[in-house]
Amino acid sequence: MREATWQGWLRPDGRKGIRNLVLVIYTVQCAEFVAHAVAANEPDAHVIGFPGCFDNEYAIRLMLALGRHPNVGAVLAIGLGCEYTQPARIADAIRQSGRPAESFFIQENGGTKSSIAHGKQVLAQLRERITGVERVPMSWADLTVGAECGGSDWTSGLAGNPVVGRFYDWLVDRGGSAIFEETVEMIGLRDVLRGRAKNDEARRQVEAAYDKAESYSRTVRQYSISPGNFAGGLTTIEEKSLGAVAKGGTRPIEGVIRVAEPPPHPGLWLLDSVPDPTFMQFGYSNPNDTEGIMDLISSGAQIILFVTGRGSVIGSPIAPLIKVTGNARTYARMSADMDFNAGCVLDGSATMDEAAEQLAEIVAATAAGEPTKPEHLGHREYFVMYKHQDTPSLEAGCRA
Amino acid sequence: MQGLMSASASAFQIHADDNVATLLADVADAAEVRITGEGRGASITAANPIRSGHKIALHAIPEGDPVLKYGFPIGHATRAISAGEWVHLHNCASNFDAKSSSLDLVSGARPETRYA
Repeated sequence: MREATWQGWLRPDGRKGIRNLVLVIYTVQCAEFVAHAVAANEPDAHVIGFPGCFDNEYAIRLMLALGRHPNVGAVLAIGLGCEYTQPARIADAIRQSGRPAESFFIQENGGTKSSIAHGKQVLAQLRERITGVERVPMSWADLTVGAECGGSDWTSGLAGNPVVGRFYDWLVDRGGSAIFEETVEMIGLRDVLRGRAKNDEARRQVEAAYDKAESYSRTVRQYSISPGNFAGGLTTIEEKSLGAVAKGGTRPIEGVIRVAEPPPHPGLWLLDSVPDPTFMQFGYSNPNDTEGIMDLISSGAQIILFVTGRGSVIGSPIAPLIKVTGNARTYARMSADMDFNAGCVLDGSATMDEAAEQLAEIVAATAAGEPTKPEHLGHREYFVMYKHQDTPSLEAGCRA
Repeated sequence: MQGLMSASASAFQIHADDNVATLLADVADAAEVRITGEGRGASITAANPIRSGHKIALHAIPEGDPVLKYGFPIGHATRAISAGEWVHLHNCASNFDAKSSSLDLVSGARPETRYA
């Protein structure tokens, strides 16, 4: 495919965004209604939030990373007024990244109606302040893409994921960054993953991430394979794992990043989103697809490739989600939700390379501003959960 | 079920080194299976009825030998498998997860789970 360039927004840390959004963050479930009402009918305002009243460092780190995401220009944090998580401190941290940010408590603004009116007013001011953000040309080297799969069937490991993997090779060869995750779905592949590490340090990181995922699986007494997978034709956990890892392509793994940690340099990166063992045992890893997507976005992915087989109707806030299916029937049945039919490689109408090139064209159009199917439908599902991960090893945001 | 099975179909081979391919439609016993993907052009006769999404052996696999998909072992043959045979839980076991070979061949469910 030709070289592609498009206009992006330059952020203070040097990263470039493909959207210029205001992110509304609520700090407890009690503020969720007001936050959504503030963002209602404001196409450039996306909402995320944390439901718990007790705070959680992982969740705060995740929300801050989303507030400092390259596609986000400004942040409005809304709290009820008695929860642990402090909206004012969120706004402070976002301002330190060079972005405008404001916050308020509902209890100090007279309840639902007046808080919504106040929020709408602040939102309009924030929007005003980011209209002048410098526009700069972007190309593949400025792009970070994340990939995840869900609602899988046998086509996912055979067509959907391998086509994404072929596109990842292509993106990495052009200086871009690619992130894949779901280490609990890589069980049985320790040697395969080790063999793909770029150097000794990356190998050590990959081994540690794999060993933790295996220990997690043993602790919860469950490998990520279900009766439906076996009935659908998968015979072993290794077979399912290889199909999942196919979306990582074939380029060397530069290293392992953790949630809310952007890749320190371009190339292919493995995201470890599995909780670290703590006093509450592990807790849960990837309880649903949206949780994994949030992890990828928190690491700076400006675009998410989501591979499904049986079909899925989720989207994401902040970073547009491109829906890929390897199942031609699913593509036909859910055409208003699906962006790309990778099933063309199974019926022989396209090679892997041709399919990856078609996918690259959709990625380029999305980066240039064209809405994806989930964006067009208004899908902005989010999920921020209690989890424990030790502080990332690298300084967040240092990409240069 | 039998009525839906075709007398010919395609199977997709993902890697050149593989000794199995994945059926793209349900096939009847003795059906002619055309190989697409890396093994493009080859064909093989199904030795069993095989459902879509399940694997067919591209050539004979001796007992104990690796079953290869994506160019990697997804497990090993627990008995000799002949060319064209359905490859699944009854003749292929994980090198990693001992549990899978005890699962129900059709539903994949665990026989030991009690519902009482």
